[in-house]
Amino acid sequence: MKLALRQGRLETLQFLRSRESVVFTLGFPVIMLAIFASIFGGTEIDGGVTLTQYFVTGMIATGLMTVSFQNLGIWIPIERDRGVLKRYRGTPMPKWVYFAGKVLMILGIAIAETVVLLLMSVLFFGLELPSTAARWLAFGWVSLLGITACTLLGIAISSLARTSRSGSAVVTPIALILQFTSGVFLVFTSLPGWMQSVSAIFPLKWMCQGLRYVFLPDSFAAQEPAGTWELGRIALVLGLWCVAGLALCLTTFRWTAPREG
Amino acid sequence: MNAISVRGLRKTYGGTTAVDGLDLEVHAGEIFALLGPNGAGKTTTVEILEGFRKRDAGEVTVLGEDPAAPSAAWRGRVGLVLQGTGEFDNLTVREIVHHFAGFYPDADDPDAVIARVGLAEKARARTHALSGGQKRRLDVALGIVGRPELLFLDEPTTGFDPEARREFWELVRDLNAGGTTILLTTHYLDEAEALAARVGVIAAGRLVEVSTPADLGGRQDALPTVTWRNPAGGLVHERTATPTALVSRLAGEFGGEVPGLAINRPTLEDIYLRMIETEAAK
Repeated sequence: MKLALRQGRLETLQFLRSRESVVFTLGFPVIMLAIFASIFGGTEIDGGVTLTQYFVTGMIATGLMTVSFQNLGIWIPIERDRGVLKRYRGTPMPKWVYFAGKVLMILGIAIAETVVLLLMSVLFFGLELPSTAARWLAFGWVSLLGITACTLLGIAISSLARTSRSGSAVVTPIALILQFTSGVFLVFTSLPGWMQSVSAIFPLKWMCQGLRYVFLPDSFAAQEPAGTWELGRIALVLGLWCVAGLALCLTTFRWTAPREG
Repeated sequence: MNAISVRGLRKTYGGTTAVDGLDLEVHAGEIFALLGPNGAGKTTTVEILEGFRKRDAGEVTVLGEDPAAPSAAWRGRVGLVLQGTGEFDNLTVREIVHHFAGFYPDADDPDAVIARVGLAEKARARTHALSGGQKRRLDVALGIVGRPELLFLDEPTTGFDPEARREFWELVRDLNAGGTTILLTTHYLDEAEALAARVGVIAAGRLVEVSTPADLGGRQDALPTVTWRNPAGGLVHERTATPTALVSRLAGEFGGEVPGLAINRPTLEDIYLRMIETEAAK
């Protein structure tokens, strides 16, 4: 346990000292939020909700995905390529400690990211914090399930990259496409039906929907694709992705680069 | 007592045989150098011994355990200096060595280890600011911080200048004097000769000879070459079983000092290259 905390501390230190990570991972959602909110200002959708409010929930979900899925999908291949993973494997450190360190780092960064986004949104863009315990609770479990799924999938997808440089080439397009089709940049129900169906396979759509339940008025439920918040289905889909992600991690994770002597 | 014992080790990748029935014994407490050209199966063998690769056949024991299923306790007794440098982003030498020390049950004092590998002045530098040789020293520090009983040094001095190499040799001798068994792989024959009690040559996936550096490939019995300069100024080489007689004959001919006189026995490198060529011709 002490090892895991040490590992988490080291990972967080590495993250915070990397300017690229801080700017692109932490800063990206903040900058996007500022841009979108300034462009669309008070444009209303329906049910008394502004586009900005809608967008904030999507940006929080995106933030969770960026710090977990993208962060790991980009950095683990780099660490593998540079022999960092192999060096860890050569010590008595239990394997799980490496992952625990990543998870602790992600949790820390995700909380910081979410707090910044919430502060911005409440102060400048008219978002109201949830008023009921049930919504705070949902905020907790949606975020936790979402980030768990994205973390596991980030670890799993890291094995697809064959070199240190291809990590971001694998991960970035996936993340960007999902952001456009899952109701982050565009209102989900305004997308073509087939696109909605495809996106509904992936976790981001459900994370956004869960966070809309947390932050938007109940009247908005009618605007959701199913006409309700579908909390049960959100938990189910995200839970299934956690299981699938874990299975992929356990079967595909590689500690050494594919082409070595 | 053997630190490493290998019998009939075999490993193939696809259709290619990398290791083909290799036998090897490394005694506890010795420095053993493994030589061999690239592609001879050296790296594969070492990676199997280090617990990074699975073998197809053969018996392998390293410090009394099978490295195919390395236990944490075993990892704690084995130190690794892997081929190539590992880069840790955005961390200082001190942070990394301290962190790795925390993985071992009986780790050395990290700051003392940093000083020992000659990085004291760079302890607070981030790793990307280190030179190639300094990064290699960091690798060595990570390899020895756990006080290993057995240390693998895989081409440890690549990128070192001659002075740094000599310092490193001193460190290796020092570790060995403290009881650490060392398996060294290197492309520098002078390094093997300076450090190793015994050397083994791998060619085409087999260990073709094991011997002391002085005796490898019949080196002790190899004819020395006498070189001198003839009156016209040209160099003359003559291999002879009786160099002393030749030199006294020359001394008589020249009426005293023989110009440009040198008597050389083949270097370890000459012997090694001859062995590799013979193996390749088979």
